[in-house]
Amino acid sequence: MKTREQLIEDLGPRKFNRGGMVWVGFLLVLIVAGLIAYIDQLIQGQVVTNMRDYVLWGVYISNFVFFVATSFVSAIAVAALRLTNSQWRRPFVRLAEIVSLACIIMAGLTIMIDMARPDRILNLFIHARLQSPITWDVIIIPTFMAVSLLLLYFPLLPDLAILRDHYAKAKPRLRKIYGALALKWQWTEKQLRLQGRSVHLLALMIIPLGLILESIDAYLFSTTYRVGWDSSNFAPYFISGAMVAGLGALISVVYVVRRYRKLTEYITEYHFDKLGKLFNLALLVYVYFNVNEYVIPLFTSKKGESEHLETLLEGEFAPAFWAVTLVGLLLPAILTIFKRYRKPKALFTIAVIVVIGSWWKRYLIVTPTLLHPYLPIQGVPESWRHYFPSMHEWLITSATLAMALLIITLLVRYLPVISIDKLLEDQKAAVQPKTQES
Amino acid sequence: MDKKEPDNKRREFLGEGWKLGLAAALGGAALSNLKCTPASGKTETLMTTDGQMVEVDTGQVEEMHHMEPGHNVRKGIPGRKFVMVIDLAKCENALACQRSCNKHHFVTGDNAWLKIYNMQDSPDAPPYWMPTLCMHCDKPACVTVCPVDATFKREDGLVLIDNDRCIGCRFCMAACPYSTRVFNWNEPKQEFEMDIDMVHAMHSPEHAGMPSVKGTVDKCDFCPHQAVKGELPHCVTACPNGVFYFGDKNEDTVTNGDETVRLSELLEKKAGYRLFEDLGTDPSVYYLPPKDRIAPFEEGLESYNEFQSVEKPEEPTAEDAQ
Repeated sequence: MKTREQLIEDLGPRKFNRGGMVWVGFLLVLIVAGLIAYIDQLIQGQVVTNMRDYVLWGVYISNFVFFVATSFVSAIAVAALRLTNSQWRRPFVRLAEIVSLACIIMAGLTIMIDMARPDRILNLFIHARLQSPITWDVIIIPTFMAVSLLLLYFPLLPDLAILRDHYAKAKPRLRKIYGALALKWQWTEKQLRLQGRSVHLLALMIIPLGLILESIDAYLFSTTYRVGWDSSNFAPYFISGAMVAGLGALISVVYVVRRYRKLTEYITEYHFDKLGKLFNLALLVYVYFNVNEYVIPLFTSKKGESEHLETLLEGEFAPAFWAVTLVGLLLPAILTIFKRYRKPKALFTIAVIVVIGSWWKRYLIVTPTLLHPYLPIQGVPESWRHYFPSMHEWLITSATLAMALLIITLLVRYLPVISIDKLLEDQKAAVQPKTQES
Repeated sequence: MDKKEPDNKRREFLGEGWKLGLAAALGGAALSNLKCTPASGKTETLMTTDGQMVEVDTGQVEEMHHMEPGHNVRKGIPGRKFVMVIDLAKCENALACQRSCNKHHFVTGDNAWLKIYNMQDSPDAPPYWMPTLCMHCDKPACVTVCPVDATFKREDGLVLIDNDRCIGCRFCMAACPYSTRVFNWNEPKQEFEMDIDMVHAMHSPEHAGMPSVKGTVDKCDFCPHQAVKGELPHCVTACPNGVFYFGDKNEDTVTNGDETVRLSELLEKKAGYRLFEDLGTDPSVYYLPPKDRIAPFEEGLESYNEFQSVEKPEEPTAEDAQ
C-alpha cells in the first residue's frame, strides 16, 4: 500500500540527475549537428546526400518508414489491450502513448527532410491530388498525430490535477502549469463519464487509423511498378512489421525508464513476461509475412525479381539481409517463446536488437529495389550503382532519432510515467473489494 | 575548393546583377507591349546586356511570340496526338540525338534525358542499340502518383512537368518503369547565351530545362516548343540515320525529316512494338525491331560510354564568354 505522496514521489516529475543531464546533452549535440547538416542541405541541395537518379530514395525514407512503424505501438499496447480489458497493460500504457506520439511527430518531420523543396510544402494542400499516396499520407499522419496526442492527454487529466494539487503550496509556478493543463479537473461524475467515453472512443479510433497509416506507408511503395515493391502482400507485411518495431521500442523504453526511475515495484517481471508474449506473437506473425515476401516468390519470380532476391539472399545486401532476418527477427521469435528470455533484462536485450534490426529492415526494403530498375543502369557515373548514406544523411538521420528520444525523455521527465490516479483507484478498490472486478 | 569557385561567381552575380535584372525585366515588359512596326521612327531607351543605355528604333525590336503559346499549356495543342517511332535497325549509337538534346535542353547533370542503351534480350540474341526518352505514356504512372499535379498529362499526349510547382518528392521517378526522369540534385550549372531574364520569361513546361530548377524533376518533353514552330524535336533532326520518326497519331503520319510515312503502315510493315507493353502504361513511343541493321553493332561500341551520357564542357576559357 502506497500513500498518495509516495506515488507522486515515485512516478511524478523528477529533475534529471547527472546521468539524465549527460543524456539530454548528448541528444542535443546530435540534434544540433543534424540541424547544421540540414541547413547545409537546404543551401546546397540534396546533392549532399548520396541519393541519385536511380537510388532516388534513401535513408531518409527508410527512417521515415521506421518512425511510422514504431508509432503503431499505441494501437496495440494501448488500444488493443484496453479493448480486450487486459489489466496488465497499466504500468506501460502511458509510455506506449509517449513512444507513439514521439514517433509520429518525427515521421512527419523526416518525410519533410526528404522533400527537396520544403519551401513549396503548401502545394501539398493547394494543389492536392487525392489519387497520390503522398496525399493520403498528408491526411493520415496529422490525423494519427492528433489522435495520439489526445490519447496521451485525456487519460493524463486526473494525474495533472493530482500534480496541480500537490504543488499547490510548494511550487506555485508548477501548480499554474499543471493546473492549466488539467482543465479544471475535479473528478466530478460528469468529467469522469466524459473522459471515460472520450478515451474509449480514441482507443477505438487509433486501431483503424494505425492500420490505415501502416497500409498507406506500404502503398507508397506498392503503387509503383518496382520489383520488390509491387506486392499485394505489402500492407499487411508493413502492419506486422510495425507491431514488431513498435513493441520492441516500447519494451526498450519501459526497461530503461524502469531502471532509471527505479520502478521495479510497479513494472514487475510479470509485466515483462506478458509483454514478451505479445512481442513473441508479433515476431511470429512477422516471420510468416517474411516467408510470403521472400520465400514464396522464389518459385515464380520473373527475371528482374530473381535478380533482386539474389542481391538480398547472396549478393551485395546479403550480410545485412541475413543479419536482420536471422538475428533481428528469427532468433528473437524463437527465444521469446521461452520464459527465461522474457525476463526483463533478457527481453530488453532482445528488444533492442529487434529495434536495430527493424531500422535496417526498412533500409533493405527501400534501397535494393531502386538498384533494380527495368532498364539497365547505363550512362551514369559508376558510383550511382551503389548507395550508402553520406555524412549529411547520417547526421540528419541521427538527429531525427535523437529528437524522438528527446521527446520521450522530456515527457517522461515532466509527466507521471504510470497513472497515479489509476493506481490510487486500484488501491481503493483493493480496500473495499468490488465483486465485478476480475 | 575548386567547387566553390563557380558558386561564388554566381553569388556575386546575384549580389550585383539584381539591379540589372530588374532593369532588364522592366525593359522586357515594355518591349513586349510594343507593336512590331518596321522603321517606325520612334525610339525607345533600352539597356543592353552590358549595362549601356541605348536608343533603339522600335522597328528593330522583335516581338516575343513564344511568350504566349496560343494554347493552354496544361491542355496541349488542340487536335494533336504526338507519337514517335524509333527504328532500332538504323541506330548505330552515333549519339548525335543525345548531344543535340543535351544542348537544346541545357542538360548539365550526369544523366541525359535521352539515352542509348546497350541492350541484349537473351544470351543468344545479338546486342543492339536502343535510344530511350520519355515514353509520354497514355496511362502515365508518374502522373498518377504526383501529389501536387506538377507532372501532368495533356490532351495532345504529352507528359510535362511544371517545375514551379514540383515539391521534389521524387515519387514520379520511383513510379516510372522507364527510368526516364532525372533530378536536379543541386543548382543546375547551366549556361545560356541569352539574357537570363529572357530565359526566365520564356520558362515554361513546354521547354524543359530552360532553365532547370534545383530540387525538381526534369525529363524529355517531346519538344512542344519545336512543334508550335512547325519543327521536329531536336533528336529527330540531329540523327544522321533517320532513326527517329515524329508525328501525329490523329493524322497517322510520322516523319524523320527525310521521309514521311503512314504510322500504321510503318508499324505493320516493320512489326512495331512498345517497350514493356505488358505493364499497361500505353507509351506514345513505338519501336521497330533491329532487323536488317544498317551497321554492325560493334561500330557503336567506339562511342559507347557506360558511365557517361552528358559530355562535360571543357574548362571554360575567357573567349567563351561571348
